[in-house]
Amino acid sequence: MTLRLKKILLLMTPLAIAMFIAAAPVHAADTDLSLSDQGIQTSADGGLLEALMFYACAGVILASGLAICLSKNIVRMAVYLFGTLAAVALMYFLLLANFIGVIQLIVYAGGTLILLIFGVMLTSKSPWAKFEVKRSELIAAGVVCALFAGMLLFVVVNAEWPLETDAVVVGSSMTQFGTGLLTNYLVPFEAISVLLLVVMIGAAYMARQE
Amino acid sequence: MTQFSVPWKQSPPLEYRGPARGIVALARMVYTMATPIVSRFPGPILLGAIIGGTLLVWAHWMLFGFVETIAASDVNGAAHSVWGQTLTTAEIGAYLDAHSIVASGILKYLLWPLQLELLRDLVGLGAIFGLFNLIPVYAIWWERKVAGRIQSRMGPMRVGGWHGWAQSFADGVKLVGKEDLVPEQADAMLFRVAPYLAFVPSLLAFLCLPLGSYWVFRNVDVALIFIIAMVGVEVVGVIVAGWASNNKWSVYGAMREACQMVSYEIPMTTVLLIPIMTAGTLNMVQIGDMQTGGWFSWNAFHNPFTFIAFITYYIASLANCKRAPFDLPESESELVAGFHTEYSGFRWALFFFAEYAAMFVVSALAVTLFLGAWHTPIPATWAFEEDSIVKIFLNGVLFSSPFWFIFKCFIFIYIQLWIRWTLPRIRIDQVLYSCVQVMFPIACVALVGHAVWMVLLDGTVFSDIIRWILGLLTAAVTFGFLSVAAFGYRNGRQMVGYLAVKQLPGA
Amino acid sequence: MFEIGLTHYLVVATLLFVMGIFVMITKRNAIGILIGVEMVLNGANINLVAFNRYNGMGNIDGQIVSLFVIVLAAAEAALAVAICMNFYKNLNTVDVDHGDTLAG
Repeated sequence: MTLRLKKILLLMTPLAIAMFIAAAPVHAADTDLSLSDQGIQTSADGGLLEALMFYACAGVILASGLAICLSKNIVRMAVYLFGTLAAVALMYFLLLANFIGVIQLIVYAGGTLILLIFGVMLTSKSPWAKFEVKRSELIAAGVVCALFAGMLLFVVVNAEWPLETDAVVVGSSMTQFGTGLLTNYLVPFEAISVLLLVVMIGAAYMARQE
Repeated sequence: MTQFSVPWKQSPPLEYRGPARGIVALARMVYTMATPIVSRFPGPILLGAIIGGTLLVWAHWMLFGFVETIAASDVNGAAHSVWGQTLTTAEIGAYLDAHSIVASGILKYLLWPLQLELLRDLVGLGAIFGLFNLIPVYAIWWERKVAGRIQSRMGPMRVGGWHGWAQSFADGVKLVGKEDLVPEQADAMLFRVAPYLAFVPSLLAFLCLPLGSYWVFRNVDVALIFIIAMVGVEVVGVIVAGWASNNKWSVYGAMREACQMVSYEIPMTTVLLIPIMTAGTLNMVQIGDMQTGGWFSWNAFHNPFTFIAFITYYIASLANCKRAPFDLPESESELVAGFHTEYSGFRWALFFFAEYAAMFVVSALAVTLFLGAWHTPIPATWAFEEDSIVKIFLNGVLFSSPFWFIFKCFIFIYIQLWIRWTLPRIRIDQVLYSCVQVMFPIACVALVGHAVWMVLLDGTVFSDIIRWILGLLTAAVTFGFLSVAAFGYRNGRQMVGYLAVKQLPGA
Repeated sequence: MFEIGLTHYLVVATLLFVMGIFVMITKRNAIGILIGVEMVLNGANINLVAFNRYNGMGNIDGQIVSLFVIVLAAAEAALAVAICMNFYKNLNTVDVDHGDTLAG
């Protein structure tokens, strides 16, 4: 991979964030107060702008994903992952899932990523720690993944998805989330909270200094 | 450029390439052209800039409002379109003629593009970007003035005439023109990218930040979490900067920042749940609009727990935007400059912009959620009917307006500066101790207490009495502080006031 | 082309998923593998939200499930980083190929 191509890919990372500026006008919001009273968006603007936004953030996701695959420096991989996560959050905004998009940003980009970078810093002897992989393994993995991707894409493109014909667009609503978490999804919600507690104690126990 | 002869090998200064070169040339040109004019008429320029900016905002506000009125009068409905238009020039012309407005022939072509959603968004983005740049510039200038006064000196006094008001602009020109250094052993790519990773999130936080009921770029139903997320994401840029510099002080700063940020986000978010519980929404505009009833209806005085939550939030927010006494990531006495040790010029300026903008954002959250947002202490329900421009103006001055919002935010920024220049920095273990063992339990107690209060006592007479007591107490403290400051200013001409030592003992 | 539908999102999700698997296979660094896992989870999440958007029947079930996935991913990352640090403490490296000390 040439240096120039790498540089172009790297520039994608701030671009991913900058895309939020452009995305926000399309979907992430509703200027009409009466509609956002219920927190529901009733329409997707659609059209050319949505398509452009989709291709932009799909491009960022794929480019930074590819950069993670090809990069050998672990810190850079984490930074590319930031690009991926931010672009995925943007995609959630495009899918009218505002709450999920914001949670993606605050939990993934703000929490998990920092944890990863922490891990990198605590576990590498030199900043340029590299672990070389054999070329044959790389090729084998590439072939397997390409075949797998081909199969999945074949299924995804050719399958007949039971789409709703009248195109009811569901916007995310905080009220819906609240009632959902405390009625239909109460058991998984509680289970997750217990799990989080266990994980917290477990992680603290494992990472402690002897 | 002068080359000094030195015994060691000297590399030639790096020149900017690409678009950066153009920016540097432009900044230098503007500076050389503006300097003689500014140094000749400093006062009129400052006054003219303030008045001109205000008029520009007003003109834009009224113009868009006018177009909206036209669109509302149309049977086709609102002018909400991205690439197309709903009103034709003929329709606008007909409206103008019907209301006998002069020059409708030209005016209709001027008004037509204003209904495009895209143009409105561009104008809004321009306004946000301008605000985002102006706030740090003046916060930095003000910090230097406050620091000077606290140390009994004047601070910047020269550039621009009146109290050095143009100091930050001159600094900006200097920073833009500086050599763009990248350490030889650094990870050059990450080193270059990191300032933007810190800068862009704090800019994005402004997208959802309401300055008034209608003064918001995007009124999102998850605005509050979005802003918290953006303040949190900013840390990624700092960590990457510290790591990429390949300097041990930078890495120390970055690690401290990460640990402090991740731990203080927990009490901060926990106490933010309290005003959310009171309001029942995450929409910042709605939370602000709920506090219209004057001083005593502000969320901070709702009950003792919200009051505690407000103070806890303010302390946690200090740690979150790495201000003193929690400024360990850049503690200059131990870590040189922490994560931005190796940075210079424009990239360093980006870090500073991000930091001061984050200060404004956390203060804005405190103001919106706890202290009545854009309302004055006078109940907004007493406002005049807005039938003339004078009454609109009076309503803005007396009851609620973006001006008051920014004013309140700057009060909190002032308190941040005040704390920074008077309190010592605390150690990193004390920082973490105070988060995990002091702030977090307080936050949890306040959360549970507030929930219980909402169920049992909300709306009772007892609750009202507590609210009045808290409100009066805060008013008394504020008034007392102001009068002490005024006394000190009048009698000693020093900000330290009454406590100033006039004469050293033994002298 | 300019009419974005369900399939577009699914294709992006699939590619992200496969790239995550590739990262999991090829990286020797334990943290790198963790990054691959995060990519896989994100790919799956895009699927959930996209199906919810285009075939939601007026519910937000898909979004709630993806919320759970995000929370689980965060928990998993916390534990995995703790394990990595223990691994590093014991073996002085995070190369997962060295994690075979218990093999007979």
